[in-house]
Amino acid sequence: MELNVLWFILIAVLFMGFFFLEGFDYGVGMLLPFLGRTDTERRLLINSIGPVWDGNEVWMITAGGAMFAAFPHMYATLFSGFYLALFLMLVALILRGIAFEFRSKQPGPAWRGTWDWMIFGGSLVPALLWGVAVTNLLQGVPIDSRMQYAGTFFDLLSPYTLAGGLAFLFVFAYHGAAYLTLKVEGELVDRAREAALRLGVPAAVMCLGLVALTHLQTDLFNWPAAGVLLYLAVAGFAGSYAAMAARRFGWAFIGSSLTIVLTTVALFTGLFPRLMVSSLNPAWSLTIVNAASSPYTLKIMTIAALTLVPVVLAYQAWTYWVFRKRVSARHLEY
Amino acid sequence: MGEVLLARWQFGITSTYHFLFVPLTLGLSILLAVMETMYVRTGNELYKKMAQFWGKLFLINFALGVVTGLVQEFQFGMNWSEYSRFMGDIFGAPLALEALSAFYLESTFIGLWVFGWERLSKTLHAAAIWIVAFASNLSALWILVANSFMQNPVGYAIRNGRAEMTDFGAVLANPYVWNQFPHVLLSGLATAGVFIMAISAYHLLRHSNPDFFRPSFKLGLTCALIASLAVAGAGHRQAQFLAQAQPMKLAAMEALWETADPAPLALYASIDEEKQANSVELGVPYALSLMVYNSPAGEVKGLKAVQADYAARFGPGNYIPDVTPVFWSFRIMVAAGLWLIAVTLAGAYWLRQGRPDGSRWILQAAVWSLPVPYIANSAGWFVTEAGRQPWIVYGLQQVEQAVSPVVSAAAIWTSLLGFTLLYGGLAVVGLYLMVRIARQGPAEKPELEVTSSKGVALWN
Repeated sequence: MELNVLWFILIAVLFMGFFFLEGFDYGVGMLLPFLGRTDTERRLLINSIGPVWDGNEVWMITAGGAMFAAFPHMYATLFSGFYLALFLMLVALILRGIAFEFRSKQPGPAWRGTWDWMIFGGSLVPALLWGVAVTNLLQGVPIDSRMQYAGTFFDLLSPYTLAGGLAFLFVFAYHGAAYLTLKVEGELVDRAREAALRLGVPAAVMCLGLVALTHLQTDLFNWPAAGVLLYLAVAGFAGSYAAMAARRFGWAFIGSSLTIVLTTVALFTGLFPRLMVSSLNPAWSLTIVNAASSPYTLKIMTIAALTLVPVVLAYQAWTYWVFRKRVSARHLEY
Repeated sequence: MGEVLLARWQFGITSTYHFLFVPLTLGLSILLAVMETMYVRTGNELYKKMAQFWGKLFLINFALGVVTGLVQEFQFGMNWSEYSRFMGDIFGAPLALEALSAFYLESTFIGLWVFGWERLSKTLHAAAIWIVAFASNLSALWILVANSFMQNPVGYAIRNGRAEMTDFGAVLANPYVWNQFPHVLLSGLATAGVFIMAISAYHLLRHSNPDFFRPSFKLGLTCALIASLAVAGAGHRQAQFLAQAQPMKLAAMEALWETADPAPLALYASIDEEKQANSVELGVPYALSLMVYNSPAGEVKGLKAVQADYAARFGPGNYIPDVTPVFWSFRIMVAAGLWLIAVTLAGAYWLRQGRPDGSRWILQAAVWSLPVPYIANSAGWFVTEAGRQPWIVYGLQQVEQAVSPVVSAAAIWTSLLGFTLLYGGLAVVGLYLMVRIARQGPAEKPELEVTSSKGVALWN
């Protein structure tokens, strides 16, 4: 039983890492066509995440794999139930990954522009869809007594989940801008800051909307801790915005990171001990007990995860250290 | 088409497409590491240039492999939810371990390798590509551990209506893995060797940049020769193992309807699946027994006998896979392998004669060999996967029971067409880029360089 709780936490941690890390690289992707006015600038923006975006994406893959290993019923219900949404997201992520690799292989502006817009769409669509997906887990979706999803694609869209999607989208875009203020130079920093200040307004509105609708549509606030965390996330965002305005970029990035991390923790705390809420009957919800793997498998996986995750954190942190400097254009050939 | 057939088509298309890129990643990452190690040890710039030029092609292939791999991670849940429920306790573990132990390493260190030429010391930079090579091949091992359970379940018990793992050590030590993994690893090396050999031969035929392409050709040819000989050996062992583990698959590969002792090795068969007989057969007497038992005598079970045996064990039903495509895929794979052995042996003989680019026909054969390992890889997987039908997990769950009940045919049509069109488009663009870069040869100018200045000031 303790291991079921531990795996719930581990999966929450994986999503936290995924949203925090890939949050800013989705953000950079969404901002790319707007902040980069010349080809060199766009190359710089891409290179700010170039060495790390692939590693960031593995947080999502690992979250999926961990779900399969620890809570196979969640893996089965979620991905078969959210089929078309997941299909859209995969298409977006495929185009995005390819665009990073292909864009600079040909010089023409039409070629590069096309891939840049793929990076934009490939970053925007998953950001939106993950927000929709996570809020759906909490709000509840029609799950029947046999753990099968009994709705359609459109049942996933409600004011609450759309608010979730837009909040993720704008906060990630803001988070990306905050990241860029630390990773690029000169005029681009000012442009990133300006973008952050503009995006901050709809992001704040959507965050507040998300909190309000969470009050109305979910039982998250039955857990006082979850409620407190959610308000702290909003406070973190306000702090980040003030720091951004004052050009305290380090603090601004810490603030947006806190917003993402605290929101993820709050949503998972509100979900606990459920994994997917059933809107048809609370007893049909998927939980850390009825959706779990056997104690033996959880034990094996626990040993593996507790050994490997610290190592992963160490070398990923080291990578960020290697590429800690701002990216600048001194010898751009194309 | 019903949901099951549509879901099978989607899995077949997306997996085959994904596996077009995987073997080259597995093998070429190792060869890049070898090139860069030679650079570090000798200081010869040629090897650096080699690592960079072949690395450029590697990265295009790598990117295509990574993005198509995303679909693989999620589509068990999407299209095979009942399989995921039944098997998650066992199948999820190697998949999660693959992500934790291999994908993180691979993705992080490929970033370091691509962007780290100026940022890391020579040794550390070479270490980065070794780690990528290790991680890629480790991920292949994990996914084969998962696949091997589907082929030959071990270390489990049926409890709570599903297969539960009882012995992780047994799942890892599954003899199926250790027969399959060397075959896959070596076919990756053969693919990479042929890839380098063929593109180098193209340039040698045109006398373009021979100082660069002659050593590349030698390296590719050597690797392709050793690997394609070894892959045949590994395949031979695998077939011997199949005789015990999956007699049905072996019988289908040979279109052997009746049990035979000694059994002939079929060269050609005109197969009538309705009548369960071959109207025309051409075979080498004793040869199949010889292959399986290393002796001219020995019983090889026929399709009908295994069918009767399975019907008695698992209840009435048809347990015979589609024999014709399995039979011919196997022959295509073997023929492709023999072609590679012949070309690389001839190439090696002629290289030893000391005339590096004298013989045009060998260079031409080397160029035409480029698609051959890809044909062998795809045909081999087709034998493995089509040959286990109707099972998704051998003896435990059939494909029909595994499909997602909530995903409609319309939804699968959408994703099937979507993925197929997308993959088709990517194939065109990817191939176009690779051909262009391969034809261009190594650049004389230094690559795009983005350098950095000033440290990050967190509190500026």
